[in-house]
Amino acid sequence: MNKRMVLYMLGKILMLESALLLLPFICGLIYNEDVSYCFVYTIVIAAAAGALFMLIGRPRNKAIFAKEGFAIVALTWILMSAIGALPFIFSGVITNYTDAFFETVSGFTTTGASVIANVETVPKSIHLWRSLTHWVGGMGVLVLVMAIVPNDTGRSMHIMRAEMPGPIIGKLVPKITTTAKILYLIYVFMTVLEILLLFAGGMPLYDSIFHSFGTAGTGGFGIKQDGLAGYSPYCQWVITVFMLLFGINFNIYYLILMRKLRSAFKSEEMWTYIGIVLVSTGIVTAYIYPIYDNVVDSLRYSAFQVASIISTTGFSTADFNLWPSAAKAVLLILMFVGACAGSTAGGFKVSRVIIIFKQIKANLRQMLHSRSVSSVKFEGKNVDIATVINVSSYLAIYCLCYIVVFAMISIIDNFSLETNISASAACFNNIGPGFDVVGPASNYSYYSVASTWILSAAMLLGRLEIMPIILLFAPSAWIKIKNIKKKRRVT
Amino acid sequence: MNIVIIGCGKIGLTILSNLVSEGHDVMVIDNNPDVIQETNNIYDVMGVCGNGVDCAPLKEAGVNKADLFIATTDSDELNMLSCFIAKRMGAKYTMARIRNPEYNDESNTFMRKQLDISVAINPELLAAHELFNILKLPSVAKIETFSGGNFEMIELRLRQDSRLDGIRIADMRDKFKSKVLICAVQRGEEAYIPDGDFVLKSGDKIGLSAKHGEIARFIKELGADQKKTRNIMLFGGGRIAYYLARKLAAAGIAVTIIERDRKVCDSLSEALPKAVIVNGDGTEQELLLEEGLMSVDAFVSLTGMDEENILMAAFAQSKNVPKVIAKINRDELTPLAEHLGIDSIISPKKTVANSVVQYARALENSAGSSMETLYKFMDGKVEALEFKVKSDFPMLNVPFKEVKLKKNILVAGIMRERETIIPSGDDVLSAGDSVIILAANQRINTLSDILK
Repeated sequence: MNKRMVLYMLGKILMLESALLLLPFICGLIYNEDVSYCFVYTIVIAAAAGALFMLIGRPRNKAIFAKEGFAIVALTWILMSAIGALPFIFSGVITNYTDAFFETVSGFTTTGASVIANVETVPKSIHLWRSLTHWVGGMGVLVLVMAIVPNDTGRSMHIMRAEMPGPIIGKLVPKITTTAKILYLIYVFMTVLEILLLFAGGMPLYDSIFHSFGTAGTGGFGIKQDGLAGYSPYCQWVITVFMLLFGINFNIYYLILMRKLRSAFKSEEMWTYIGIVLVSTGIVTAYIYPIYDNVVDSLRYSAFQVASIISTTGFSTADFNLWPSAAKAVLLILMFVGACAGSTAGGFKVSRVIIIFKQIKANLRQMLHSRSVSSVKFEGKNVDIATVINVSSYLAIYCLCYIVVFAMISIIDNFSLETNISASAACFNNIGPGFDVVGPASNYSYYSVASTWILSAAMLLGRLEIMPIILLFAPSAWIKIKNIKKKRRVT
Repeated sequence: MNIVIIGCGKIGLTILSNLVSEGHDVMVIDNNPDVIQETNNIYDVMGVCGNGVDCAPLKEAGVNKADLFIATTDSDELNMLSCFIAKRMGAKYTMARIRNPEYNDESNTFMRKQLDISVAINPELLAAHELFNILKLPSVAKIETFSGGNFEMIELRLRQDSRLDGIRIADMRDKFKSKVLICAVQRGEEAYIPDGDFVLKSGDKIGLSAKHGEIARFIKELGADQKKTRNIMLFGGGRIAYYLARKLAAAGIAVTIIERDRKVCDSLSEALPKAVIVNGDGTEQELLLEEGLMSVDAFVSLTGMDEENILMAAFAQSKNVPKVIAKINRDELTPLAEHLGIDSIISPKKTVANSVVQYARALENSAGSSMETLYKFMDGKVEALEFKVKSDFPMLNVPFKEVKLKKNILVAGIMRERETIIPSGDDVLSAGDSVIILAANQRINTLSDILK
């Protein structure tokens, strides 16, 4: 393991974080809030630690291999959250570090699960920091670093692969820096578009920015006690559409940008995703119709909630906790499906679901015709066997992690089964609100300290798709092989 | 520039890594997904898996917008065909690796014209050419020529008892009669362009440049034996051996080729009536001695196995063969061979990569395209470039002592009409001259890049 390079990259990240913290600081100055000083402290701490790391690191050998890629990504996310939690403490919005860490992890992983009981009293600059963590965490911190800092190694693909969600990660253009730039440009453009559309619909500018950042990262923090219910139906529809858009693979937007409309609209994953959304909305509308007694309203509520859950955003316009069980069951299933690979959303990802189902089909045929040869196709291309195995083992480890998280919080905290199932699912899949105690009208502050840490870990596991975090604890990633080092010195 | 490369073999990868470090946007196509994956992990390129003559992967790789298309698979026919298709799809320039001797004779020009291939690269022919140049001047490690042979540059390793050991470069003109310029020095891992105060040490690898003929005189002065090569033994009868033997035979040098495969021997003897073709295992020392290893002037090992090449070259070295050259394909083995005392090493893939980079750079500044030749010296750390001076060069007719050059840049020679000048402070550049520039650790694209 090239520890110096890992340290050096972490230093770079901390520098970037201190630069990001300037934004809420400026916001605090604009609104003349007393809490802006807390950002100054954090900026100084982050910059000092970053400079120190970069100084100690100063790698002579800048090679990054798969090991370093995983370690950099996992440590970055943990460290970013650890430092990012400080403003909450300094400002007194959250009084203990466990909760502050949970809140920040929830921000960066774009979960949107909050421990703040009364969000309406929180200063605006702190809110901006919360939504900014969503925005940066959505596309990825390291991807941002790649986009703005000149690249000095050809092997950064390992970092990108570890940070971007989905089974198959490709570039858009040959150069990784350009790829990262294009992704962020599309991201910025769509965010600005949403801000403008919301602002035009009568939402105050500050609220539009806050909610657009949340939608873009598929996060879901709120600034109102009742979520988004208080805004006009127009704004709710805009957010519904944008939540769904940010759940689509960004490659498709690039294809559209390149005017390759035909291949863009051929995407199997996108159509499956849209199909799931339409069917679920239909079912939910049918079940909640008796409550609202109005087709337009029930359609709006169900579409918003379905979009919010499948894109793993977690905004709400209605307390779906009070909906009939069948509707809640649909939402719970959607929590696990998640959106498309290569988007800012979490969850298991539609592409994996498709591959798994096709593999099951192929296996069934194999059982009936034991000599038949079959291959799994996805997006018109053959999926090689290694990817299929990867996806299957990811499913296994995904279920395992979920069960472990669920079991642990159930042992520690004696809430209803529904609460614990949905809380662990909502955190693990980076959604936010669950049912019952952690429903959309409530928050996560009821969980004990131990459970809060476990749920924080679950969010990180979910966002980074498990492997980087687990590999961080694998001894073989850190053991130094002395012979190899010696050999290198000779040649 | 947008560059598409088909085939990620040894040659393809070397070309690719050179082009990536030059900052180009490179797409690769290979039919092996594992190779694509591996390439993607190491280099900043984008890969497409597929056949090089299939339109779908070509389209996916964006061939229609490519400035340069390079086909380097191991099949000549596939390379030619995919270049043809790429050209039709809209690639601006195409380059095909064509190795088969039959395609390289009369049919070459015809086919290239018909298929609209900009450049045909033949690694073996290029390597044979390089070998031939080295064999002409056996005491140097490497030799390159500029301006149609009027100006030469050599790479030389200073031996323990060399007369140059401990000499200040500024004193060279007094101690030696011949006019040569020491233009680059590699000591250990680092390469410099030395100034007058630089003191040479044995073990250094030095780059010398001079007029044609001057270098030979200098080497005679140095005392390194300059016996003409009359009798050469080649170990391995592949394509390089064929091209080289043909050139050597034409120059009246006796060639013995040792080859294991009977069939290859038959076809070689058919194509090279003057050469002695020996069918046998060249790794048997007895055979080599029997065929007169002790009496040859040079031994060149050219089999497909790097290890065999190194070992047999070391063996020839131990039998005091005056000049020993080994072909090595894997870069990692080069230091090992140098450790064994084998100075002259040729790597066909590096030679090819150099010529591709040169071509790509010339394309890039097509506006004022004036770069004529590019060579890499000292493991690629020093570049020698030849430019034609255009009338818009800002420092035209200004004496060199008044021109401010960048660090680690040297003007090694000026060719004016038939005259070759080793420049001093009073010389000037005028339009129409050819000028040879040396640059260490930097990239020069146009002549103006040398100015501060």
